[in-house]
Amino acid sequence: MKYTLKEERHHRIEVRDKHGIYDAVAEGLKRDIDDLGVDTVTGVEYIQVYTLIGDVTAKEMTLIGRELLADKISQEYRLGRFKFRNSSKVHVVEIAYNPGVMDPVVDSAMKAIRDMGISSVKSLHTSKKYVLAGSITSKQASFIADRLLYNKLIQNVVTHEEGEKHLKPYLFRRVEVELAGLGDKDLIRLSKDRQLYLNLEEMRTIQAYFRKLKRAPTDCELETLAQTWSEHCKHKTMMGAVRYNGRFIKNLLKQTVVKVTEDLKKPWCVSVFKDNAGIIRFDDKNNVCFKVETHNHPSALEPYGGAGTGIGGVIRDPMGTGLGSKPVLNTDVFCFGIPDAPASKVPRGALHPKRVFKGVVSGVRDYGNKMGIPTVNGAVCFDERYTGNPLVFCGNVGIMPRKYSFKKVSAGDLIVAVGGRTGRDGIHGATFSSAELTHESETISSTAVQIGNPITEKKVLDTMLRARDLGLYEAVTDCGAGGFSSAVGEMGEDTGAEVYLDRAPLKYGGLEPWEIWVSEAQERMVLSVKPKKLKKLLDVFSSENVEATVIGKFTNDKKLKLFFKDHIVADLDMSFIHGGLPRLVRNASWKPVKEDPSKLPKHPARLDNDLMKVLSSWNVCSKEWIIRQYDHEVQGGSVLKPLSGVDNDGPQDASVNRPLLDSDRGIALSNGINPAYGDIDPYWMAASAIDEALRQITAVGGDIDKTAILDNFCWGNTDKPEQLGGLVRAAEACRDMALVFGTPFISGKDSLNNEFNTGKKTVSIPPTLLISAISVIEDCSRTVSSDMKKKGNLIYVIGMTYQEMGGSRYFIEKGFKGGVVPRVRPDLSRKTMKSLHAAIKKGFVRSCHDLSEGGLAVALSEMLFAGGLGARVDLSRMPRKKSITRDDVLIFSESNSRFLVEIEPSRNDRFKTAMKGIPMGLIGEVDDTGTMTVLGLSGKVAIQCGIDIMKDAWKKPIYKVMHG
Amino acid sequence: MAKKVRALILRTAGTNCDLETAYAFKMAGADPVLMHVNAVIEKRSVIDSSDILAIPGGFTYGDDIASGKVLANQLKNSLRNELSRFVASGRLVIGICNGFQVLVKMGFLPAVSSVPGDSIDATLSLNDSGKFESRWVYLRGPENGKCVWTRGLLPVIEMPVAHGEGKFIPKDPGVLSKLKKNGQVVFRYCDPSGNDAGYPFNPNGSVEALAGICDPGGRILGMMPHPERHVTYLQHPNWRRRGPKASGMGIGLEVFRSGVSFARKHL
Repeated sequence: MKYTLKEERHHRIEVRDKHGIYDAVAEGLKRDIDDLGVDTVTGVEYIQVYTLIGDVTAKEMTLIGRELLADKISQEYRLGRFKFRNSSKVHVVEIAYNPGVMDPVVDSAMKAIRDMGISSVKSLHTSKKYVLAGSITSKQASFIADRLLYNKLIQNVVTHEEGEKHLKPYLFRRVEVELAGLGDKDLIRLSKDRQLYLNLEEMRTIQAYFRKLKRAPTDCELETLAQTWSEHCKHKTMMGAVRYNGRFIKNLLKQTVVKVTEDLKKPWCVSVFKDNAGIIRFDDKNNVCFKVETHNHPSALEPYGGAGTGIGGVIRDPMGTGLGSKPVLNTDVFCFGIPDAPASKVPRGALHPKRVFKGVVSGVRDYGNKMGIPTVNGAVCFDERYTGNPLVFCGNVGIMPRKYSFKKVSAGDLIVAVGGRTGRDGIHGATFSSAELTHESETISSTAVQIGNPITEKKVLDTMLRARDLGLYEAVTDCGAGGFSSAVGEMGEDTGAEVYLDRAPLKYGGLEPWEIWVSEAQERMVLSVKPKKLKKLLDVFSSENVEATVIGKFTNDKKLKLFFKDHIVADLDMSFIHGGLPRLVRNASWKPVKEDPSKLPKHPARLDNDLMKVLSSWNVCSKEWIIRQYDHEVQGGSVLKPLSGVDNDGPQDASVNRPLLDSDRGIALSNGINPAYGDIDPYWMAASAIDEALRQITAVGGDIDKTAILDNFCWGNTDKPEQLGGLVRAAEACRDMALVFGTPFISGKDSLNNEFNTGKKTVSIPPTLLISAISVIEDCSRTVSSDMKKKGNLIYVIGMTYQEMGGSRYFIEKGFKGGVVPRVRPDLSRKTMKSLHAAIKKGFVRSCHDLSEGGLAVALSEMLFAGGLGARVDLSRMPRKKSITRDDVLIFSESNSRFLVEIEPSRNDRFKTAMKGIPMGLIGEVDDTGTMTVLGLSGKVAIQCGIDIMKDAWKKPIYKVMHG
Repeated sequence: MAKKVRALILRTAGTNCDLETAYAFKMAGADPVLMHVNAVIEKRSVIDSSDILAIPGGFTYGDDIASGKVLANQLKNSLRNELSRFVASGRLVIGICNGFQVLVKMGFLPAVSSVPGDSIDATLSLNDSGKFESRWVYLRGPENGKCVWTRGLLPVIEMPVAHGEGKFIPKDPGVLSKLKKNGQVVFRYCDPSGNDAGYPFNPNGSVEALAGICDPGGRILGMMPHPERHVTYLQHPNWRRRGPKASGMGIGLEVFRSGVSFARKHL
């Protein structure tokens, strides 16, 4: 869309489904309106509106409407406006994107119109029109619009015929920000007013730097520093020093997570903590890389756009690792508020958890599916405290030939920007995501939120890999948080760089130089290119309609110089940008929660009802509603799907995929997370998350000695010593556990200040650590699933059960607090996992499932209903701490490092030999009764329940709240 | 030596099943040639020198406006003559998922009573569930041997679907009855025993559970399910339930073999 002064003519075309065609969009909306408590809407009609701009003839309009915009079978179009079908009372709400917000349909529609040979259409925009029939007030109509139809951060309600909204052209002016003579208060105010989110010491450091230079900084310079020094980009807390319990930790990350990887010295770790993703060896010819990160704050404000750009952004990490890898797997993990919470429980300024849930899933779905990357594994946790500040973790694995694993920028290389154009979207994302969310965030941070266009990213991917294979560039990185500033700043750290901001292709005019520099507009990559290869490189991109533009060059003066036409707008030393940040020293403290194992709820006579409650709890229940919306089979590599079993709906542990179609080598992927344990002790939460991720890898047949892990810390405000104390404990657990398990960390990320200020009080999220594991599987045909296979097979529990009920789903569902949080005994756990791996590899195990939330009861139920079989098991045969006397503890304890396995009697002896020295118990046998019978310690039935009933309880909750 | 069968696999912005489709053709003994539509428009002769045209799955141009619509529009406007000649000469076309949507929106399918491309007789629209869904389905095979892509298939086979707009709607009852009379019905969604069944067996609400159709000549096949995602046993969701000795190819490969073998013998 180019800036035009001439007022062009606007032509409207409306498209709607023909009468009698089932309109799933309108039907779904109608049910959501009923949910809001507005029951007087009798019908909803949905109309797609296209407004074409230019001197378009009526004949051309008809042609476009008939041949392109309306489906000949199911839809009808009208030049202008339709008459309403429902002639009685209607309210019309029309929603359009705000100026400057990406509308992905525009590019495709313009292309199609050009393909038709019509050149009179200069631009177009789209809007959605909803006709609500029934007797509702205008107030109710705008209530519905506000809750369901639009998000004012990116969209607006069209109130009248509008002309094209022009953004004013930019006329250059150099902006300097005077720092000399400013006192502490003024520095703080300046930081806040410009949304720099820099603290006083950092502002003073900048002031001193420019005092030495005897000049004032430009706006570009200040923004560059604020972006580079943001918590989001620099990880000031994790990389900072901490005073903790009388100890001085110089660099938290380097002394924990990074240290253990250095100590383990795994030869198959290729590149760790350096590039955009951690790289490990896959086979003789290829490496794989893995990255997981969060996109929390944007998803809180605009769930669809926030989650979409979250997955879009993390896909660009493997694309920007080494010389670029091909993305082959996606994973995602979400933490939401309670989906059926009453509206009164949702604080002002926060979206309802159900809307967040739906929007986030749609965002990940549309972006991941359209990129053609299978989303294979995930998890969802629910807790009231995530209502104002949900967590959205997105991960991606890429594969690349080994020779492309490293990059090198040299002085004289050209800086080439590839992909999407730069706009005002995503300004201040890096700094904004480092701050606390408040009930006002939606008004001050609107530019941080944006909509992605996956097809642009797919085109970039297709062409970039071609250019890589032709050897046309020397280095690549993605434009993520901080945009060009971060990408060019990092690439040119050791050389220096000059950038001509006026040469960056823009979506529309009017951007100031600093906005171009820090914009986080999506789908952009930056390449370092030898001048003699430039022409060939540009040809590759243009052959598939991808924009690529030289915006500067790398130099040898170790300076960052930014120009706008002939004006210099920034001139900073790379050493100051990257090394000038004053080191943070923070105080941390930790007060242990008293854990009392003897505190237990009243034991009911039978536990059937408790099992039903646990199975249908939000955390445990089936996530099929989500999983089915993701294409988990594209690329053809799926070997163990997220759901399988007789009816293809049983939950599996890690996913297994073959990234190369002609090889049986594979990748197992898993996630471990349990915030409920963190309320008691973040140390054991972290240990449990590692154990869980590795259990899942083991359960499918993976080897922990070929497994790498990733951390994602999401915490509240770590300026508060007790919050930071918990973070220190979690980080130390990561180090302690990974060292014994022998699993190196290869990449990680943290997101702090996950708090929501309602205006009255601050709600902090529970401390949350996600551990993601990636394991190389030698032979995918040696992997197992969790669904029980055959009547007559033996069922073993592997691993010790302890009285560890703290944070358990059983306690939470009973509303009971206290108890001991599950520990990890890493030596025994490692031994157990190694032995089980060997047994699975040898083919002794028919099915395997790890015990996690809900303990034995949930794992056994899932295995049985997934396999359509029954079983009778005896708790007295479980290996357990002798002091346990209660059935509910054995059934629902969430002790770590435990598995259920199914063994064919003919392989029993060999299986037992393979597992020698590991605590385990033969608890029963698979049968075809379709009933799960659990005998308690006294020999009496503790649970007896049909698998269909259990499956129903487990399967329905999310479908029910989402209306199918 | 047996004739080389050249399969032109067309891709563009948003295509994403191109590599596995090419791989399936290779497994079936063809020579797959993967080309971007821009390159094909520049070098049109590649169409004439191919035996098979495959339009793979994906989200071409984001499926903006409607799924497959923008690519259908482009092919109609840029390559109409070449494509018409290609099908008129009896060469083979397969459109899978998004490729099926493209063929239907170009009028190449079902073409019940006209030359392919001359009229629009059907559409594929939003699933009744209102959303994209990925799941394995059972398909009942063709009642006759007309379609050259599906000869020798078992009566009930399994493949995955993954789409948001797969509900087949014929223009009117006349089109539907011609489809049946002409023997153009290739696949219907069904339950494991091959009987008609509702959601989720019919995953999108397709009229008469239609999952795949061919043109009256039996050489152009369009289908929503993905045969290229079931070319080895490891891709089946429950290969482990067959016991530790599961092995072999997946049933989807038969589709490619059938088409390639026909092309080798007759083209």
